[in-house]
Amino acid sequence: MTISLVLLIVMAVLYACGVYLMLERSMTRVLLGFLLVGNATNLLLIAMAGQPGEAPIVRDGLAAQDMTDPLPQALILTAIVITFGVSAFLMALIYRSWRLANRDQLEDDADDVALRAGAGGVRVEQLVADDRDSEFDPAQRSSDEAER
Amino acid sequence: MTQLVPLVVLVPLLGAALTLVLGKRPIAQRLVAIVALVIVLVIGAVLLIVADASGTLVMEVGGWAPSVGIVLVVDRLAALMVVVSAIVLLAVLVFSVGQKIADGDSETPVSIFYPTYLILATGVFNAFIAGDLFNLYVGFEILLVASYVLMTLGGTQARIRAGTTYIVVSLISSMLFLAAIAMIYGALGTINIAQISVRMAEIPTDVQTVLHVMLLMAFGIKAAVFPLSFWLPDSYPTAPAPVTAVFAGLLTKVGVYAIIRTETVIFPGPGLDTALMVVALLTMIVGVLGAVAQADIKRMLSFTLVSHIGYMVLGISLGTVAGTTAAIYYVVHHIIVQTTLFMAAGLIEREGGSTSITKLGGLLRAAPVIAVLFFVPALNLGGIPPFSGFLGKLALFEASAQQGTALAFVLIGAGALVSLLTLYTLMRVWNLAFWRPAQDVEGYESPLLDNVSEAPGAQPVKEKQRISRLMTVATGGMVAVSLALTVFAGPLFAISERAGENLDGSSSYIAAVFPGGVQ
Repeated sequence: MTISLVLLIVMAVLYACGVYLMLERSMTRVLLGFLLVGNATNLLLIAMAGQPGEAPIVRDGLAAQDMTDPLPQALILTAIVITFGVSAFLMALIYRSWRLANRDQLEDDADDVALRAGAGGVRVEQLVADDRDSEFDPAQRSSDEAER
Repeated sequence: MTQLVPLVVLVPLLGAALTLVLGKRPIAQRLVAIVALVIVLVIGAVLLIVADASGTLVMEVGGWAPSVGIVLVVDRLAALMVVVSAIVLLAVLVFSVGQKIADGDSETPVSIFYPTYLILATGVFNAFIAGDLFNLYVGFEILLVASYVLMTLGGTQARIRAGTTYIVVSLISSMLFLAAIAMIYGALGTINIAQISVRMAEIPTDVQTVLHVMLLMAFGIKAAVFPLSFWLPDSYPTAPAPVTAVFAGLLTKVGVYAIIRTETVIFPGPGLDTALMVVALLTMIVGVLGAVAQADIKRMLSFTLVSHIGYMVLGISLGTVAGTTAAIYYVVHHIIVQTTLFMAAGLIEREGGSTSITKLGGLLRAAPVIAVLFFVPALNLGGIPPFSGFLGKLALFEASAQQGTALAFVLIGAGALVSLLTLYTLMRVWNLAFWRPAQDVEGYESPLLDNVSEAPGAQPVKEKQRISRLMTVATGGMVAVSLALTVFAGPLFAISERAGENLDGSSSYIAAVFPGGVQ
């Protein structure tokens, strides 16, 4: 099986950038990282189809080995649809996280904070009120920012 | 009979569509959801009887023969898993109907709960009957996306926080799985599990090992096996009680099921068995040590869930028929018992207003029924005879002793220790939450509480909430099912044994999918 070197390099770069972004705390970067890793995996699937050839439509005078392997493309289509659905959900999650805390960063893990404090005890979590909608209200928003 | 196979997936999927349309009629929604799962339960039972009597059922989707077309395979293991999952899904559904998901519905929009729940069921069933790796991947994705929605139901800050960890970890495992599928296709030119099994033996062993490790990593994250298990106790306890119950019972077991398939059909040889045994040992011990340190019942149960995954991996890693048999019996036992315990924890939360053992007290007097519903599965999980937990562990230890390596005997010792520690944590809940008089809770001092850490962000004790009769009935039903696992242990173990023999090497699986031999 021969593999296109360009495809391979692009895939490697996408994987590297994607993994780097997924390790970030900001949810938006995690989303971007997920999209890159997803596309890198799709390229991996394409690469596994081997040598590209004619369109895989059975007709006279075309041997099987001259056609492109159609199966990886079917797999990629499914994978793209799944990635699309998951990223839509992730965006909704980021938006919700933004509404709740006005930021898309992953909060500190409460367990880790408790451990760092050395108490191992209870830490009362301060919840921002669910219904306070500061997003479209500049006055409320600036007072929120002042609080922080 | 093979026509029944796709219905296991289709019925809940159509049910999900119907419940979505009926969004404004909660009663009709509940009815549709319950009917859909009852139908799957009946079909699953029929499939189990047929698969047990006349061998593996293979459905060629669209009439295309395998290797070109997609196959759905129902052998004894798959049918057994479908039946048990349907029972659990149904019981938790009834429980959630009784709970109205959560009162004050502001935290949980009920109209999307039932469709999402049925889609989760679709994904679980699809994963069990998948005959090729990509279909397994799709099944995983269906159940994962549904689980993302259920995990963050209502979108409160705590759930978004916990859900984010869960989602990112699950995304990585999905990507690993997809990359593994791509590489398997590149190496073998097929994604049909039976054909993979035939061709896998023909490629160099180092390539085999790479593919094997990739699959195990992907499934290990889903099954919460030790180094990959840290997401679980962090994320499960924040979800609504019925959601946690069904996640704890089923989702990790789908991962375990995939590991069983990997180890018996795709890589039937010894392969990574020793590594898996070490992983099983660490999973058991690290998991239960986490449980010992927890004050919150739900978090404690999440840690015991991780530790008991170790028992199943132990059975699989032995690589013998006895080991696989014991693992299958243990999976069935654990799905039922762990779900029941989480349902009982949901009842405790409503009765006592908290799930922390430092704040609960006097429940035996206040709610004797809940006490029984907690006590029986607690003894069962701890492995007290004559319950199914004891029988499952006995079978696992016997299988390990038969295998007879030094590591196997270490695992027997660790398994016994872990079951003792499990019993300790559960009896501590019993002592403090049920036996301790309510007036003693304030300023109570006991060595039992010395090294216990509270759940971070623990809520103050809430008002006692009404428990509807339906919730008690659903939990009671699950306790009855768990007792039935003991009463009917003979036939159940016999089925597990026949399922295990089916999976002794890949030949019977391959023969079922390719009756005329592989081209």
